[in-house]
Amino acid sequence: MIVKEFNFLSKRYVALAISVILLLTSLAALTFKGLNPGIDFTGGFSVEVSFQEPPVISEIRDELASGGFPEAIVQSFGSSKDINIRIMPRENIDNKAIGKQIEEILNYSANAVELRGSEFVSPQVGDELTEQGGLAMLFALMMIMIYIIFRFQWKFAIGAVVALIHDVIITMGVFSIFQITFDLAVLAAILAVVGYSLNDTIVVFDRIRENFRLRRKEQTLDIINTSINQTISRTIITSGTTLLVLFTLYIIGGKSLEGFSLALIIGVVIGTYSSIYVATTSVLFLDVSTTDLMLIKKEKVDDGMP
Amino acid sequence: MNQYPLWKNMMVVVVIILGVWFALPNFYGEDPAVVIAKENGLAFSQLETSDIEEYLQEINSGYKSIRRQEKQILIRYDQVEEQLSGSDSMRAYMGRSATVALTFAPRTPNWISRFGLKPMSLGLDLRGGVHFKFQVDLDAAIEQRLNQYIADINKALIDKRIRRNIKKQGNVISIELFDPEDLSRARSLIREIDPLLVIETVPGKTSPGLQVEMTQDQLKQRRDFAIQQNILTMRNRVNELGVTEPIVQRQGLDRIVVQLPGVQDPTQAERILGATATLEFRMVCENESAFAAEAKGRAPIGCELFVDRVGNPVLLKKKTIVSGDQLIDASQTFSEGRPAVSIRLDNKGSKSMLETTKRNLNKPMAVLFIQQRQETKERDGQFVTSSVLEKEVINIATIRGVFSSQFQITGVSVVEARDLSILLRAGALAAPIFKVEERTIGPSLGQDNINRGFQAIVIGLAMVLLFMVFYYKGFGLIANFGLLINLTLVMALLSLLQASLTLPGIAGIVLTVGMAVDANVLIFERIKEEIRIGNSPQASITAGYQKAFGTIADANITTLIAALVLFTFGTGPIKGFAITLTLGIITSMFTAIIASRAIVNIVYGQRTINKLRI
Repeated sequence: MIVKEFNFLSKRYVALAISVILLLTSLAALTFKGLNPGIDFTGGFSVEVSFQEPPVISEIRDELASGGFPEAIVQSFGSSKDINIRIMPRENIDNKAIGKQIEEILNYSANAVELRGSEFVSPQVGDELTEQGGLAMLFALMMIMIYIIFRFQWKFAIGAVVALIHDVIITMGVFSIFQITFDLAVLAAILAVVGYSLNDTIVVFDRIRENFRLRRKEQTLDIINTSINQTISRTIITSGTTLLVLFTLYIIGGKSLEGFSLALIIGVVIGTYSSIYVATTSVLFLDVSTTDLMLIKKEKVDDGMP
Repeated sequence: MNQYPLWKNMMVVVVIILGVWFALPNFYGEDPAVVIAKENGLAFSQLETSDIEEYLQEINSGYKSIRRQEKQILIRYDQVEEQLSGSDSMRAYMGRSATVALTFAPRTPNWISRFGLKPMSLGLDLRGGVHFKFQVDLDAAIEQRLNQYIADINKALIDKRIRRNIKKQGNVISIELFDPEDLSRARSLIREIDPLLVIETVPGKTSPGLQVEMTQDQLKQRRDFAIQQNILTMRNRVNELGVTEPIVQRQGLDRIVVQLPGVQDPTQAERILGATATLEFRMVCENESAFAAEAKGRAPIGCELFVDRVGNPVLLKKKTIVSGDQLIDASQTFSEGRPAVSIRLDNKGSKSMLETTKRNLNKPMAVLFIQQRQETKERDGQFVTSSVLEKEVINIATIRGVFSSQFQITGVSVVEARDLSILLRAGALAAPIFKVEERTIGPSLGQDNINRGFQAIVIGLAMVLLFMVFYYKGFGLIANFGLLINLTLVMALLSLLQASLTLPGIAGIVLTVGMAVDANVLIFERIKEEIRIGNSPQASITAGYQKAFGTIADANITTLIAALVLFTFGTGPIKGFAITLTLGIITSMFTAIIASRAIVNIVYGQRTINKLRI
């Protein structure tokens, strides 16, 4: 059965242009606009109020949202009548005024409310998370590269890492351009994008390696094209099912999952694209050839029968 | 024919059964509860338990049940309000003899919890937890710094033989001098210690004296440092307790908020968090009678009066050989069958210890246990918490040999040895802290949000399951079975590890579900390819699994490396995400490669198939 192959790599210069534009825009946005950090990163005000009767927490949240505090985190605090509210810092307003304002907003019903106190709270995650997190990421990248060099070859290691950085920067770039709140959940989503991007890229690379060994006479470009074609149905199905879950999370998952699922949606779309174009084009530019993969001793992939 | 050996099929069955078993506790809820543990680490007797129960009935506290478990008593409540007032009254009732802590107790039935099974612990965002607020004593931090300055100034002046009399008046160090010629020398010596200090000349009796003060900037810096250092120490302590995903943050000017999701031993957390226990090593004043000093109410010059654990007076030299901040590592151990703490000193501490032991062979040295404790007392119907500084000699031993950086001390109980080693490892507090508030808090995400989130995950998952059946027919069904096993196994492992599951953690699970699907897709697409090139169904199945295995392994191992590095070096939410991702990758590889193959073998393996519907 002959399957008509699509020449993916014929569009590689278009893809390159798109990637460069996306990367530059993202980097520019990240440099000049920066991210819009959530309350986890900024700290803010902690306001304690006490009601006469146990209030409905979701009502409080709604009242605060319409009163200009859509980001408020509302928690029961020791008893069902005491409530702790955390909000983002605001310019030109101190904790006393904030407390008053919140008290007024919450006096929406016959249920009398009393302000117990309002204070500034430091960020939940300090600088050490950013520092250690950054170091952890760098180290993770190094280890991944070492593994790929060991299993494939250094050109593939560079290709995978280029695709990875490409995906992460563009995903963060979207958050910067549209100033979508970047909180801890979004950070986790970015890490998930790293995992996804790697997974996707390695699957394509694996096929390229296999084909290099099977079809020694063919042109590199053709081998890569064939490999992409052979894995494309898998790529589409996997990305499709993942996106299915993510869109459900985004649409009906509620506010707390919005940023998180959005980051993953962007990451999965970009990650799928980059595993087809960025990772493969990178190894093509590095002039990968059959001999690169022949240097490794006899492969024993097929021995690992489950 | 495709067939697994019996042991492989058995292994799959055993893993699935274990997974279901360990995931089981998650299907019951939790009660707000109060745990009580004795300070000395002993168990409660039946009599004591019924005494407490009687007291609970007497004060009409609306408790749900009371039960002895291991060495603790667990009192369950229906409402958090009852739990809160219950803990206050228990604290007053038990006094100093026990630690009382707030917690959530799983409703897992006895026949399951008997095996030590626990549900997954949910994070602060999904379930809430216990909230502590600590007040940092900033005045004490300033005073400590001033005392340090006084000691430094005193030493510098002694070295230059300058007669002086140094006193502290509030935040001012006043130095009385006796020779006007010393004035400028003293001034420059102090400048050398810290050029930023404000030094003023004041008139004196025989010679003008000096007044030294810290600048406003220095005071502010010192306060900020004390808070930052304390936050760090508190984070270390929480980590030492094995709590994942806590919140430790500064609130207002001088308070630290600590929020913990589930904790293994809440009474230990209660003791450790607010504790200030540390050790000091001093020589014993040998030639003086401690009893005489106690009777006089005054210690001889250079000595200080303390009591030992049974209340006998002991006289120790005022000079400290090694203090708590010079300990860099500590661990709980046993020495000749008695609980002990093994200690390692930093450079300065080892040097001082080496010199002392060299010079004082066969002389007694004492270990001083210093701690600040909080007491809750009932006063006019109100519960009042106050803090008391306690110094106790826990051990006097004769120096038998020369030692420096590493040694053991005894004289502590098992609980104390455990707590002390955690405290010493976590580092010293830069200023004393007092607990001013303790409450349970609700989840930081709204219940409606949590519900919608879980609903979305379930719907999303259902859609994937449907797609798989629609696209891969019977094989899809098998993949789905594997997917459900995968989720059960992740749940089981998370319950076993007791790592807190937060929203980012769920992100990790969602991703691994995606990867589990991916592994199946890779296999099935390979099988399709094999059929397309004309192989027989059975051979296609074998080749499909075989060829896809390398790809799945490479892709998953690469991601696993990333996850493990993030787990090792990351903190807080990064770590939480890495845990679920790591577990998910391992379980998904098991279910996608081994479990699904076992089922495929059972369904398709033993017969001849002419056409494979996939």
